[in-house]
Amino acid sequence: MTTVESTPAKTRMSPRKRAQYLRIVQYVLLVGILLALLLTADLAQVQDKFLKWDTFTAVLPQAGGALLNTILYTACGFALGFVLALLLALMKLGTVAINRWVATIYIEFFRGIPALLVFIVVGFGLPYAYPDYEFLDIGKVTIALGVVSSAYMAETLRAGIQAVPKGQVEAARALGMSPAKTMVTIVLPQAIKIVLPPLANELIALTKDSSLIFVIGLSPGQEELAQFGRTANGTYKGFTPMIVVGLCYLVITIPLSLLQRRLERGGMPTVTSHHGGK
Amino acid sequence: MTDVAIDVRGLHKSFGPLEVLKGIDAQVNRGEVVCVIGPSGSGKSTLLRCVNLLEEPTAGSIFVDGVELTDPDADIDRARRRIGMVFQQFNLFTHLNVTENLTVAQIKVLGRGKDEALKIARHNLERVGLSEKAGAMPAQLSGGQQQRVAIARALSMDPDVMLFDEPTSALDPELVGDVLAVMKQLAAEGMTMMVVTHEMQFAREVADRVLFMDGGVIVEQGHPDSVIGKPSNERTRTFLARVLDPLHTR
Repeated sequence: MTTVESTPAKTRMSPRKRAQYLRIVQYVLLVGILLALLLTADLAQVQDKFLKWDTFTAVLPQAGGALLNTILYTACGFALGFVLALLLALMKLGTVAINRWVATIYIEFFRGIPALLVFIVVGFGLPYAYPDYEFLDIGKVTIALGVVSSAYMAETLRAGIQAVPKGQVEAARALGMSPAKTMVTIVLPQAIKIVLPPLANELIALTKDSSLIFVIGLSPGQEELAQFGRTANGTYKGFTPMIVVGLCYLVITIPLSLLQRRLERGGMPTVTSHHGGK
Repeated sequence: MTDVAIDVRGLHKSFGPLEVLKGIDAQVNRGEVVCVIGPSGSGKSTLLRCVNLLEEPTAGSIFVDGVELTDPDADIDRARRRIGMVFQQFNLFTHLNVTENLTVAQIKVLGRGKDEALKIARHNLERVGLSEKAGAMPAQLSGGQQQRVAIARALSMDPDVMLFDEPTSALDPELVGDVLAVMKQLAAEGMTMMVVTHEMQFAREVADRVLFMDGGVIVEQGHPDSVIGKPSNERTRTFLARVLDPLHTR
C-alpha cells in the first residue's frame, strides 16, 4: 500500500486515526442494527413464548436429570469414539494396504454424511439387524455418538502421531523397542498431548451432537437435554424450556471451551517449569 | 567370541537412484575406538546408521558380535539392545524426565525391575556428571546436558558397542568439551566405539583408528597420526585443510 516515500501525508488520515475512525463506525452500526431489530419485533409476543419467567423457574429445577444424561451420553460416546479413532488412525498409518483402505473409507464415509443419518440407522437399524439382542438406550446412544466422533478424531490422532519427530522413533528403536512398544510408550503419549486441544474441540461438538439422540426416542427418565426441552415445550405451550436447555448446554460447553483454550496455550495443568538456573 | 565387534562387508546403500554407500568394508575390534571422518554427504552417517539397521542396507552384510543383522531371520530388536546409539539431535524422549529416559527401555525391553533400573540409571547419570538433573525434563537442559543424558541412556542398556552420530555437531561450541570428555572417559574404560565426528582433535587424541570417507567409499584409514597427521591421499589432504584451517583453504 503506502510506502514511506509516497505519503503526501497532509490530505490523508494517518493509519492510526483511520483505524480509530473505523472502530467508531462499527460501534455505531452495531448499536443501530440492534435497536432496529428490537424496535421492529413484537417484544411482548417474544417474551410470552420464549422468556416466560414462571415457566423458566418451573422447568429449570427439572432439567438436572437431563443435563446429567447429556453428560453421560457424551462421555460414553467420546470414550468409544476415541478407542475407534485410535484403531482407525493406526490402521491408516499401518503397512497393510487393506487396513489403510478400510480406515480411509470409514473415515471419509462418516465425516461426509450428516450425524442425523447415523442416529436413525443405529436407532432403528440395529434392532432389525440383531433381533435377538435387546439394545439399551445408552448402548444405542454410545454407538451412534462413538461412530460419529471416531471419524473426526481418527484424522486428528493420525496428524498427532505424524507430528511426533522421527528422531523419537529412531531413539526408541535403537534401544531395542519393537514397533508396537515404540508406539505405545513413546509416540502415543506425545501425540495425544499434541492433539489435546482439537480433542477438546471434538468433545464440545459431540456434546451438541448428542441433541440428535431425540430421533431414537429415549424411554422416560433416560432423556437428554434436547428431548427434555421438546417435551417441556409441549407441556408449557411455549419455547421457554428451550432457553433453559440452551443454558444447560452452555454450562457444559463453556468450561470445556476454557479448558481447550488453556490446553492450546500449552498450559498443561500438570506441567510446572522450574528452570534450574545454572 | 571373535575380537571383531563390528564387521561390515561389501555394504551398499542407495536412496532411490542415489547411491550413498558404494561398497564399504570395515571392522571395529573389541575395545577399539574408530572415528569416521569425511566431508558432508560422504555417507559416514549412513554407514553408522546401517550398523544397527536404522537404515536397511541395499546390499552387503553387517555382523555385530558375530551375529549377522542383515540375515532376514535375525532378531533386530534383540541385537539392538547390545548396540548403544547417540544421535546428533540427542532425541531424548521429551515427555519423560531424565530418570525415566534412562529407565524406560531397561524396564520395557530388558525386563529389569524398577528398583534395579533406577539404580543403574543413577549410576550412569553420575558417570556423565548429571546426578542433580535426575528429575528435570529434557527441555530444561542445555544441549550439552541433553547429549550427556542421551549417552547415559544408551549406557544403561549395558551395550557392547556404542555408535555416535556426530554427537557434538548440534552443540554450542562451549558445550562440546563436556560431551567429548564423557566420550573420552568411556573410551578409556575400554568401550568399543564407532564415532562419526568433525572433531579432529578428539579423533587424534582418542581414536585407535580413523576412517576417511568420501563419495561413499573409504578413501584412507589407519592410525590418526598418519591419516590426520600426514595423510597420503590427496582428497584427505584437501578435506583436512578445509576443516583444520577453514580461512586459508587455498
